[in-house]
Amino acid sequence: MLSLERRAVDSRAMQWASPLLALLLTVITGLFMFMALGKDPVEGLTFFFLTPLSDSHGWAELGLKMAPLLLCAAGLTVCYRAKIWNIGAEGHFLMGSLWASVAALQLSAQSGFWVLPVVLLAGIIAGALWALLAGVLKTQFHCNEILTTIMLNYIALNLLLYAVHGPLKDPYGFGFPQSEMFAAAALLPKLIPDTRLHIGLLFGLLAAVAVGVLFARTFIGFQLKVLGQDERAAAFAGFPAKRLTLLAFILAGGLAGLAGASEVTGPLGQLVPQVSPGYGYTAIIVVFLGRMQAVGIILAAALLALTFMGGEMLQIAMNLPKAITGLFQGLLLFYLLTCDAFIHYRIRFRRAPAASAGEA
Amino acid sequence: MATAERLRLENIVKEYPGCRANDGVHLSVQAGEIHALLGENGAGKSTLMKIIYGVIQPDAGTLTWNGHPLTLQGPAHARELGIGMVFQHFSLFETLTVAENIALSLPAAQARDRSKLDARIREVSEHYGMALDPRRFVNTLSIGERQRVEIVRCLIQDSSLLILDEPTSVLTPQEVQVLFRTLRQLSQEGCSILFISHKLQEVRDLCHRATVLRQGRVTGECNPGEITTDDIARMMVGNETPLSTQVDPSEPGELLLQADNLSYQTRDPFGTSLDNISMTLRAGEIVGIAGVAGNGQDELLRALSGEIKVGNSNLQLNGMNIGDTGPAVRRNLGVAVVPEERLGRGAVPSMSLVDNSLLTAYGQGLTGKGWVALGKVREYASRVVEQFGVRTASIDSQATSLSGGNLQKFIIGREALQQPKLLVASHPTWGVDVGSAVAIHEALVKLRDDGAAVLLISEDLDELFQLCGRMGAICAGKLSPLVPTGELTIEKLGQWMAGDFPATDTATLETHHAVA
Repeated sequence: MLSLERRAVDSRAMQWASPLLALLLTVITGLFMFMALGKDPVEGLTFFFLTPLSDSHGWAELGLKMAPLLLCAAGLTVCYRAKIWNIGAEGHFLMGSLWASVAALQLSAQSGFWVLPVVLLAGIIAGALWALLAGVLKTQFHCNEILTTIMLNYIALNLLLYAVHGPLKDPYGFGFPQSEMFAAAALLPKLIPDTRLHIGLLFGLLAAVAVGVLFARTFIGFQLKVLGQDERAAAFAGFPAKRLTLLAFILAGGLAGLAGASEVTGPLGQLVPQVSPGYGYTAIIVVFLGRMQAVGIILAAALLALTFMGGEMLQIAMNLPKAITGLFQGLLLFYLLTCDAFIHYRIRFRRAPAASAGEA
Repeated sequence: MATAERLRLENIVKEYPGCRANDGVHLSVQAGEIHALLGENGAGKSTLMKIIYGVIQPDAGTLTWNGHPLTLQGPAHARELGIGMVFQHFSLFETLTVAENIALSLPAAQARDRSKLDARIREVSEHYGMALDPRRFVNTLSIGERQRVEIVRCLIQDSSLLILDEPTSVLTPQEVQVLFRTLRQLSQEGCSILFISHKLQEVRDLCHRATVLRQGRVTGECNPGEITTDDIARMMVGNETPLSTQVDPSEPGELLLQADNLSYQTRDPFGTSLDNISMTLRAGEIVGIAGVAGNGQDELLRALSGEIKVGNSNLQLNGMNIGDTGPAVRRNLGVAVVPEERLGRGAVPSMSLVDNSLLTAYGQGLTGKGWVALGKVREYASRVVEQFGVRTASIDSQATSLSGGNLQKFIIGREALQQPKLLVASHPTWGVDVGSAVAIHEALVKLRDDGAAVLLISEDLDELFQLCGRMGAICAGKLSPLVPTGELTIEKLGQWMAGDFPATDTATLETHHAVA
């Protein structure tokens, strides 16, 4: 008889083995999935995981997609460490890209070095305020943040769609729902010439490290951790729960807002409806896969960035739908959560109670 | 037949991950015998009880019931055989009546005929001097009455073995006497009783025989009426541990804390509102507050710690209004608190002792400009562990890996090293082994001698009488007068715990205060 038994001490090895095991299971399931679709599974997996990184251009694209994931994930880490289940990075991201675009278009006649910082700041503030909305709803009215942030995501998306179909629409854009191209002063510098990779990746890496330091070394980080692990102990110790909660939302919103701003001022150069392929949602997987640690998040962001590229590759090479990206991401999260159970529990083989002696 | 053996356990073994809860336990209970099962928390009493009641299966060993070997299928099976159990935390539905609660545990045939059941409840409860109205709703009953429901529930099923898990911990001394009369009557009628407790005097008063457990093993059997409580305690804790601490009286100093008509309206349906509490505390004294659980002790603690606000002028520390300040401010002013729940309030279970030091000692120079001084925090944690004899693998161990007594020593030490002016401690030795309890008492007395005021909220009357210079009781959110311990008898304190005390209007207090 198999049974799950609580471990006396959480397994540290499993803490890190779980993501790897989840990845392995995802790949195996992927094999069967390709077989069921009547495609060569080895070829499919090769196209998905390896082909996108076969040249330097591919690596640059990987960095490009890592940037928004890292920024969103770093912010979400602050929330999740405090057990604030903010699902709203997508909404923060969209608001950030919307208001950064507004700023960029307003300043299109300017060429000073200050234009770009102002544009990015507009994105940060917009994302932070959007997140703060859910934060205030939580702290003042005890609204469940999972529900409010998801709903705010849809509102943000519709505001963005309204903007590109209305006020921000390029009058010379042949009716396409997109803004004018931004002026050069509002564009992020390239990190590597002749690729699309811009310095947003540095923002992302910096944010991941900064959040790591926040929790490893600062008292605010410590208070957030206590708040997440034991609310009553936080109240007992006198930590300001409401202010800490709002701070977590502001940081998550600001970083996701910066991600959105970097996307429109980086590879896109304008506001388009499909500004995000779901970075804000994928970042949730990044946080959990990366164990809420700086190094883990960076590795996880790389892996999930790859799933976006792999999905595109399969569309082109094997004529498979784009949904394949979501499938792989979903499988990965599913297996991760399953494997995480073994951090706290272990499997035990138990004989029927009639058996006499105790086991070792 | 008075000598028939009702229950016999042989060589019972039960293992949990990381600990052997029962390790070859023998136990024999005769018909009509009141048998005490003694041991400190973690000695394996609860595990053994659960085995007898069929909740869990032993890994090895045999159970003999009235001479027949037996494998229990579960609690229902045990009840069928005549084994009844009253848990420490009652398993009653508050929104149902007494009769409905009892009917729930009966076989369908017996439960169906309500008028017959009502009559039977009346009959049984009156026969044993525990009058109960079967139509009353449980939420209108006192704690003592709820316990009667549990006992009557077992008796109605013709239990011939009644297991009681620390039944007196929720009762006033007077209620305890009533319970004991009932139990003696049951025993005379041939019902065996397994009485789990760690209150030795009670065991001596009531029980015919006692089995003592330590670390999962039987360390002694005795006739508790014939030996002293110290002898029993020795069997419980072993030879190395001191049994109690000698407390010399103290000379209280200046007025430190004053509460004036402190009230708090709780919004928690299971909470207790505080009703015009007035008291004073002086430097260098230990003041005790007795009371049955759930009478406002927790609310009082939170009012003093700053977790709830009570109106600025209603609470004064050194003449300064602090009623509306939060815990962090009060900590800076020298207020330290040891809450009742060690894990999940006093300490974060999943965090290391290092992190748990920082939890409340952050004001002791452990942080600078928002950065955590990791080295200093580790040093602080080491000092607590060393000075207060906390047994732990390392200061990086999770709080949850420590035993109750060691974690409590850690929490007391963490607070004491902050050199507080006022320490509020709630049930500091509840569920703590005797050795740790002595260490904790010594720490409290040392704080007192160093000039701090200590407010001790406890259900353990022995502890209160031993340590406190003045004491009183709290009942339904009202506080009795706090009088010198020498002037208070245990009977009077018992009455006060039941709410029978003169109102403490401010005029009767020893201090006067300006009219607002």
